[in-house]
Amino acid sequence: MAFTYSEKVMDHFANPRNVGEIENADGIGEVGNSKCGDIMKMYLKIDGDTISDVKFKTFGCGAAIATSSMATEMIKGKTIDDALKLTNKAVMEALDGLPPVKVHCSVLAEEAVKSALSDYYERQGIDPEPIVGKIDK
Amino acid sequence: MRKIYADNAATTKLSPVVLEKMMPYLTEIYGNPSSLYTIGQTAKKAVEDARANIAKNIGAKRPGEVYFTSGGSESDNWALKGVCTKLKARGKRHIITSKFEHHAILHTCAALEREGFEVTYLDVYENGIVKPEDVAAAIREDTALVSIMYANNEIGTIQPIAEIGKICRERGVLFHTDAVQAAGYCKINVVEQNIDLLSLTAHKIHGPKGCGMLYVRKGILINNLIEGGAQERGKRAGTENIAGIVGLDAALQLAVDTMDERCEKLTKLRDKLIDGLLKIPRSRLNGDRVHRLPGNVNMCFEGIEGESLLLRLDMAGVSASSGSACTSGSLDPSHVLLAIGLPHEIAHGSTRMTFDESTTEDDIDYILETVPGIVEMLRAMSPLWEKIIKSDE
Repeated sequence: MAFTYSEKVMDHFANPRNVGEIENADGIGEVGNSKCGDIMKMYLKIDGDTISDVKFKTFGCGAAIATSSMATEMIKGKTIDDALKLTNKAVMEALDGLPPVKVHCSVLAEEAVKSALSDYYERQGIDPEPIVGKIDK
Repeated sequence: MRKIYADNAATTKLSPVVLEKMMPYLTEIYGNPSSLYTIGQTAKKAVEDARANIAKNIGAKRPGEVYFTSGGSESDNWALKGVCTKLKARGKRHIITSKFEHHAILHTCAALEREGFEVTYLDVYENGIVKPEDVAAAIREDTALVSIMYANNEIGTIQPIAEIGKICRERGVLFHTDAVQAAGYCKINVVEQNIDLLSLTAHKIHGPKGCGMLYVRKGILINNLIEGGAQERGKRAGTENIAGIVGLDAALQLAVDTMDERCEKLTKLRDKLIDGLLKIPRSRLNGDRVHRLPGNVNMCFEGIEGESLLLRLDMAGVSASSGSACTSGSLDPSHVLLAIGLPHEIAHGSTRMTFDESTTEDDIDYILETVPGIVEMLRAMSPLWEKIIKSDE
């Protein structure tokens, strides 16, 4: 590889947090595609305005798995408003940085959270776009 | 923890026998071969002895047909650019190569296309082997050169070099082969195989990095690569990498001497590993199983991505390689796997393991114990795998 991962990236890759699925999730988001080599799927359990549980499944490289794991840690137990403020930059910083060619993985992680929240709003009969913004699926 | 180096197609460990032969030229015999005093002439003799012996080991008629370079990429660049630009003056503007050559060839072809050449990229089919009849059909009046690799660097498939050479010779077209991966595993005889130009490098055969060679059959016009002194018959100037040259010769000699025995041992280990890994559901071997380098295993495991597998293998002590996009910095997976017709999502999940004679049966057993668990774990967290399973139901 023409780059090295930080210790934090390797830790989240080797021991990913919150892996799995949530039965009866309140919101499910899936982003990316297999052609590009990354798919992230995120499951949210929401109580009131709090994300009480979050799980993920990812097909992708080390950075894709690590950013998914980190993003779930950063929104677990937080309010929906806080989760909506999660940026790819914050995920990257929390991982002590990513190699330039891997920045798109952190973008995908941010989009996965937003996509799951968008699904949550849709299930509530609320148009998600004014709140979450436009999501490419 | 067990450590297994399984990336010998990337580079190999320097052999102690080779190092020993190189040592005097890194220490006492430091003279410049262009100088007339004894220490220079001793160095000169070492270079010329190496050239003669290498010529013998590749079946060349004359030592003067061997030119030392810095390695495979330089030799490939020089062969194509050096010959094609000469032939362009005679109206030859067409090159034939294959879709799965090393980038040293493909990017050189792209550079030549920008200079007005037309390039035909031959199909390599699902088994990863060029068909000689396709070469014959692609040759035109204005074809300058055919360049087909002897063995592929990713999937290890061995090409019908002698047949292609015969066709090219009959049709009066020059034939170059990149034998970087084949050297030490396949017999090379440039005369019998009708090879006009051949690239080779030392570091893939337990020699030092930074030294390779280009064989150029006598009479072929080729541009000078580096202008300067009279080294390499004035074609590639610069004081010789004497220790490297001695190392290349020693490494090739060692490879030729031990070839049969090594290949037999490696083929057994390779086949055991392939059989074992194919037991993993939805796995596949990439490239022809028989016409294959004895130390090459290249597999795809559906539903997982290659880099993740690679990192997990590294954590388990196994150094392997991947054709996934993620290691190259582009979003496209390996051009080799796409050339043999794999869909993107499957090509992303490839891993290459390449062995040498130091590999043991215990190493193979360890890999066979390790890989299924990693694949299972990565699949358990893969939404793509979930989809594959669902579409099966």
